[in-house]
Amino acid sequence: MTQPKRISRRQFNAAVAGLGAASALAPFGIARAAGKLKVGVLLPRSSYEALIGQSCQLGADLAPAVLKSMLGVDIELMNADTESNVNTARTRAERLIQEGAHVLVGAFDSGQTAAIAQVAEQRGVPLVVNIAAAPQITEQGYKFVFRNFPTAGELVKNGLSLIGDLFQATHVAPRKAVYMHVNDTFGQAMTRGINALLPRLTQLPFKIVDTIGYDPAAKDLSVEVSKAKAANADFLLLVSRLNDSIVLRREMVKQRWHPMGLISPGSPGLYEEQFSKSTGKYAEYCIVNPPWYNPKAELTGVVEAAFQKRNPKEKFVYHGLNVGYTFEAIMIAADAFKRAGSTDPKALADAIRATDIQKRVMLGGPIKFNPKGQVDGNQSACVEILRGRPRVVLPEYAAEAKPVFPWPEYKGA
Amino acid sequence: MSATLVANVVISGVLTGLLYGLMALGLSVIFGVVRVVNFAHGEMMTIAMYAAVLLFGAFRLDPILAALPVAALFFAIGYALQAGLINPFITRPEHSQFILLVAVATILTNVMLMVFGPDARSVQTDYQLDSWAIGQIIVDKARVYAALCALATTAGLFAFFRFSRTGTAIRACADNHLGARIVGLDVKHLYALTFGLGAACVAIAGCMMTLLVEVAPSLGPSYTLLGFVIVIVGGLGSMPGALLGGVLIGVSEALAGLFIDPSAKSMISFALLIVVLLFRPQGLLGRTT
Repeated sequence: MTQPKRISRRQFNAAVAGLGAASALAPFGIARAAGKLKVGVLLPRSSYEALIGQSCQLGADLAPAVLKSMLGVDIELMNADTESNVNTARTRAERLIQEGAHVLVGAFDSGQTAAIAQVAEQRGVPLVVNIAAAPQITEQGYKFVFRNFPTAGELVKNGLSLIGDLFQATHVAPRKAVYMHVNDTFGQAMTRGINALLPRLTQLPFKIVDTIGYDPAAKDLSVEVSKAKAANADFLLLVSRLNDSIVLRREMVKQRWHPMGLISPGSPGLYEEQFSKSTGKYAEYCIVNPPWYNPKAELTGVVEAAFQKRNPKEKFVYHGLNVGYTFEAIMIAADAFKRAGSTDPKALADAIRATDIQKRVMLGGPIKFNPKGQVDGNQSACVEILRGRPRVVLPEYAAEAKPVFPWPEYKGA
Repeated sequence: MSATLVANVVISGVLTGLLYGLMALGLSVIFGVVRVVNFAHGEMMTIAMYAAVLLFGAFRLDPILAALPVAALFFAIGYALQAGLINPFITRPEHSQFILLVAVATILTNVMLMVFGPDARSVQTDYQLDSWAIGQIIVDKARVYAALCALATTAGLFAFFRFSRTGTAIRACADNHLGARIVGLDVKHLYALTFGLGAACVAIAGCMMTLLVEVAPSLGPSYTLLGFVIVIVGGLGSMPGALLGGVLIGVSEALAGLFIDPSAKSMISFALLIVVLLFRPQGLLGRTT
């Protein structure tokens, strides 16, 4: 029988001294050094934004393992559901900080992200925004809020510029567009952006001949499509959501309206799996210019492999945007943690501010924050549904296929 | 604005309105006889839409054919719902009936969310995206089939109430509840039968609606509201009124979308509702009580 091991007087004194030092140094953040980075991930995983929130969550879930092998840092995710609600987002952010989150990531929706940003700033805990386009999030002078996602203005500008690139690449110059948009906050913001930017983008050869807004909950768009068809435009410029884009595309077929094409400057809907499933062959050749992942980037390959391993039934192409930006947000936090060597919020915020990440999943230049905490230079891609799935057709360095425009069935005006 | 465009829009409005009318018909029939306002009407239609989608997925059964078994199933469910749950509330205050049916609606929506998830689902038939071109006028095939089905169902229901003994008995119940009981009619059974017929109507409307609209659990409340607007405009309890209300709402929404703004479509239908309530509170074809 073995005797229980006794602690010697020296060992006891050393332990007490160690504990004392840790307590004394805690306020200075030195005791938080190294160990594990606790990342509070806030996403709308239920209610009306659940589909996209859950898609973003897939990117968060794969991040710890990938970043451990990339950067050698340990990450613990603390997941919270904002329930697609601004107030819930705020209270969940408070709770995550109380429970010890060192950095927050989220939250897909601009309203919820703005609420979380207030909490992060008040509590002095860094927030890295994965997806949210409202410009004011990084215009408040916050010191702890960082965003690696284009602002609404950039989204419109990038999307419209790519339309010009598309026309150049396909040697087509449509003269007239009819503009249809979903009449919600997002659609109206995009419309304001388009109206402000279009006259200044002189490389675009077309003019908008009619603008038609429609109810986001519309179940029938026959009147709207009749009006758009009557405008005799060369192509349809569309800012939509998912369900309305399906209804609209079907209605175009029913009304035998075959313009040169359907192009979105960067709204959801057209690149989503449900759109292709619901419209079948009529999804082909629809074009959308959203922020997108670089299918040819080395890191995309790593993330895609990790994604497929964890979610064998899902297709990365339909999650790439959400997964990519959410992964990058956690990568920014992990990279800062590695450089700071500490989980102290201020040290983390300073390290995030000095971020310079070259290897990315998403299209754009290196991840570097400007003094406002915004990454400049995130790019969009011209994505076309070809052979049943979205494919990057522009910019050329990331292209998976050549753009097809106008639609093959187009027979001229 | 060309006459062709206006004609296209009006035809589309009439066809859609007939389908709306069929949906509202069930609501009107139930209220006309049982005097219960079915606040779960839209949710019931959404379930019928899911039934059509499931039958299409499993057996490639066209929603027009699926309407028969789904209507039979809904007749049975409606009968059981009235006999088992609603009958005890017939003599209770209206707010009790209201709360009961709102509770049923909430339960149905959440069950659909749990079973089917939040994603929209649809059927894809061969003719769904086809249309006929008559000169420059384009007529949507699916809408025509749905409208014809709505007319046939309404005619069948009208004939049942007019010419069958059971239908006559149901009308007697509706006209004079006490008198019907005194002459020995089984009022509870007739009420359940009526609720079953109303549910069957909404089932047929739901199956037809899958030809035009994707189904998601969140659809229910908007259809319930639309149903109310239609039956109040047409006249609560009047079968021709439901069809007329549906067509009026369909056409006025379409024309508002064309001449004013597409976003103003719902506004116009509610404006029409207010006008009817102000100048003919019993509805266009309703009877004063």
